[in-house]
Amino acid sequence: MARRTYDIEAIRRDFPILAREVNGHPLVYLDNAATSQRPVQVMAQITRFYRDSNANIHRGVHTLSQEATELYEGVREQVRAFINAPSAREVIFTRNTTESINFVAHAWGRKHLRAGDEVVLSEIEHHSNIVPWQLLRDERGIVLRFIPMLDDGTLDLVAARVLITERTRLLSVTQMSNALGTIVPVKELAALAHARGALVLVDGAQSVPHLPVDVQDLGIDLLAFSAHKMLGPTGVGVLWGRMAVLESMQPFLGGGDMILTVSLERSTWNDIPHRFEAGTPNIGGVVGFGAALNYLSRLGMAAVREHEIELVDYALRRLGDIPGVTLFGPPDARQRGGVVSFDLQDVHPHDLGQVLDGEGIAIRAGHHCAQPVMQRLGLTATARASFYLYNRASEVDALVRGVESATRFFEHARG
Amino acid sequence: MASPEPVLAELYREILLDHYRSPRNRGTLDGRATHRSEGANPLCGDELVLELAVETGRVTEVAFLGRGCAISQASASMMTIYLRDRTAAEALEAVWCFQQLMLSGTALPEEFGDIEALAGVAKFPVRVKCASLAWKTLEQALSSDGVATVSTDEGS
Ligand SMILES: Cc1ncc(COP(=O)(O)O)c(C=O)c1O
Repeated sequence: MARRTYDIEAIRRDFPILAREVNGHPLVYLDNAATSQRPVQVMAQITRFYRDSNANIHRGVHTLSQEATELYEGVREQVRAFINAPSAREVIFTRNTTESINFVAHAWGRKHLRAGDEVVLSEIEHHSNIVPWQLLRDERGIVLRFIPMLDDGTLDLVAARVLITERTRLLSVTQMSNALGTIVPVKELAALAHARGALVLVDGAQSVPHLPVDVQDLGIDLLAFSAHKMLGPTGVGVLWGRMAVLESMQPFLGGGDMILTVSLERSTWNDIPHRFEAGTPNIGGVVGFGAALNYLSRLGMAAVREHEIELVDYALRRLGDIPGVTLFGPPDARQRGGVVSFDLQDVHPHDLGQVLDGEGIAIRAGHHCAQPVMQRLGLTATARASFYLYNRASEVDALVRGVESATRFFEHARG
Repeated sequence: MASPEPVLAELYREILLDHYRSPRNRGTLDGRATHRSEGANPLCGDELVLELAVETGRVTEVAFLGRGCAISQASASMMTIYLRDRTAAEALEAVWCFQQLMLSGTALPEEFGDIEALAGVAKFPVRVKCASLAWKTLEQALSSDGVATVSTDEGS
C-alpha cells in the first residue's frame, strides 16, 4: 500500500487545546490511551445539534424529533462503515467499552453460560475485560482461563492453542494492550476459537482508534470500543455484534425504546438494535461522534497508523538511549500501538509524572487498569506515554528532555 | 542542570528527597513487633509495611518496608523518627495533626521537626494520599491488634 501522510500542523490547528500552556510550558499531551482530545469539528457538531436539532429520538412525529433521529441513526451507519460491519443494525450504542463488555457478560453470558463453561481471556487485559467475567464466574461457576504474557509483552500463542478447547464458550481478548501497546493477532486467535466452537469478543478500546479495523476480515463476533479515545465525546461507546449472536441475547436493560408493547403482565421486545438501547441515549454525544468518525475517515486509518509507527519507533529509540530507562512491550514499533510504557531507575513513575507535569508534559503513571500486567512484570506501576495522530517528533524530544531532567533532579538530591 | 521548576521544589523539598534517598528505620523488627500493618495505594503503586514494638504503652522500636514514590517513602521515613518513644496516644494524636496539615495546611507543632517539609504536598491534591499512606497505616496498626491492611485509594 502506498504510504500516505498528512499535514500535521494543519491537524494541530483543529485541536485548540494543543495550543494551551500548562505550568508555563506548551502542553505536550501524551496521555491519549486514557482519552484523546477532540477537534473543533466535533465540538461544532455537538453545538449545532443542541442549537438546531435537539429533540428526543424515535418517539415524535414532529420535525425536530425526526431530524434528531436521522442524525443519530446516521452515525450508526458511519460506525458500520468504519469497522466494515455487514449491517448498521448490528451497531449498539453504549456508554463506553466497559459497558459494552459488561453488556455481553449479562445479555449473552447469563443466557448461555453454565457452571463449568470456560471463558478464555489474556493476562494483558484491561480490568474492564477481567472483572465482568469474574463477577459472572462467582455467580454462575464458569471457569476463567488466561492466555499468558511472554516477557516481551506479547501473548503466548502456543499456550493459547492448549487453553482454547471444546469447553471454551467465549474468547475475549484485547486487540491492543493499553499498558504495553502490544498488538494481539486477533484474526489468528479468532480462527482458533471458532475451530473449537467458541465465540470471539474483542476489546477494541485501543485498536479501533489507532488501527484500521475490519470486523469481517478479523472474523470476530463482537467488538467493544469507546468514542472518547478516538476524538469523540465521553459517554459514548459501541458494541458491535454479528446479528445471529445479538439475536441469541437477552435484553440487558429494560425500559423505554427497547419494547414494542408493554402490558402489566409482559412486554414484547423491539427490534435490534433498539432492543438493546433502553432509555434515552446520549444523543448529542453520538451525533458528535459522527464528526469524529468523519475526521478519522478523512485522514484514513492507514495514515494514522503509519504516523504512530514512526513516532513510536522514534520514541523507543530516544527513550532507550537514556541511561536507567527500561522499556516494556514488543521492541518493534510495528508490533505495538502508540503506547510506550517504561520505568526510570530510582525515580518512581508517579514522581516522574509530577516532574513532567511541571514542564507541561502529560503522561500517565500507575498500573493503567492492568494490574495483572504489572504483577507479571514485577512492578506496581510504570510511566506511560501514549501518542495520537496529532503528536509530533518534537514532543518526543520534549519528553526525553523531561525524563533526563527528572533523573538529574532526583540524582542531584542524592549527591 | 535544568533547574527544577519552583513549584516542584516546593513539593520535593531537599529534606524530603534526602529521606527518600536514605530512608531511616528501613527494615523489619524480626519478630519483636507488637503491631504490624500493611498499607497500599494500588492506583499509584505505593506499598508499605509498618512494624512497631510497643512496650508499656510506648513505641520502643519502629521499622518500615515499602516501595513507592518519593513522597510516600519520605513521609514514612520521617514518621518513624517522630514515633520513637512516643506513647500510642501521642502517635494517634500525631496522625490527626498530620491529617489537618494535609487537609487545611494547619501548621504542625514544633516537635514534628522535618515532617513540616511535607506541607507543600497539601497544594497537590493527588499527592496527599501518597503522603498520608504511612500515617493511615500507623493509625491502622495502633487501632488493631496483629496484622491489618489499609488502602487510601477510594475505588479506582
Ligand atoms: C484496552 C482497554 N479496554 C477497556 C478500556 C475501558 O474503556 P472505557 O473506560 O472507555 O470504558 C480501556 C480504557 O482505558 C482500554 O484501554
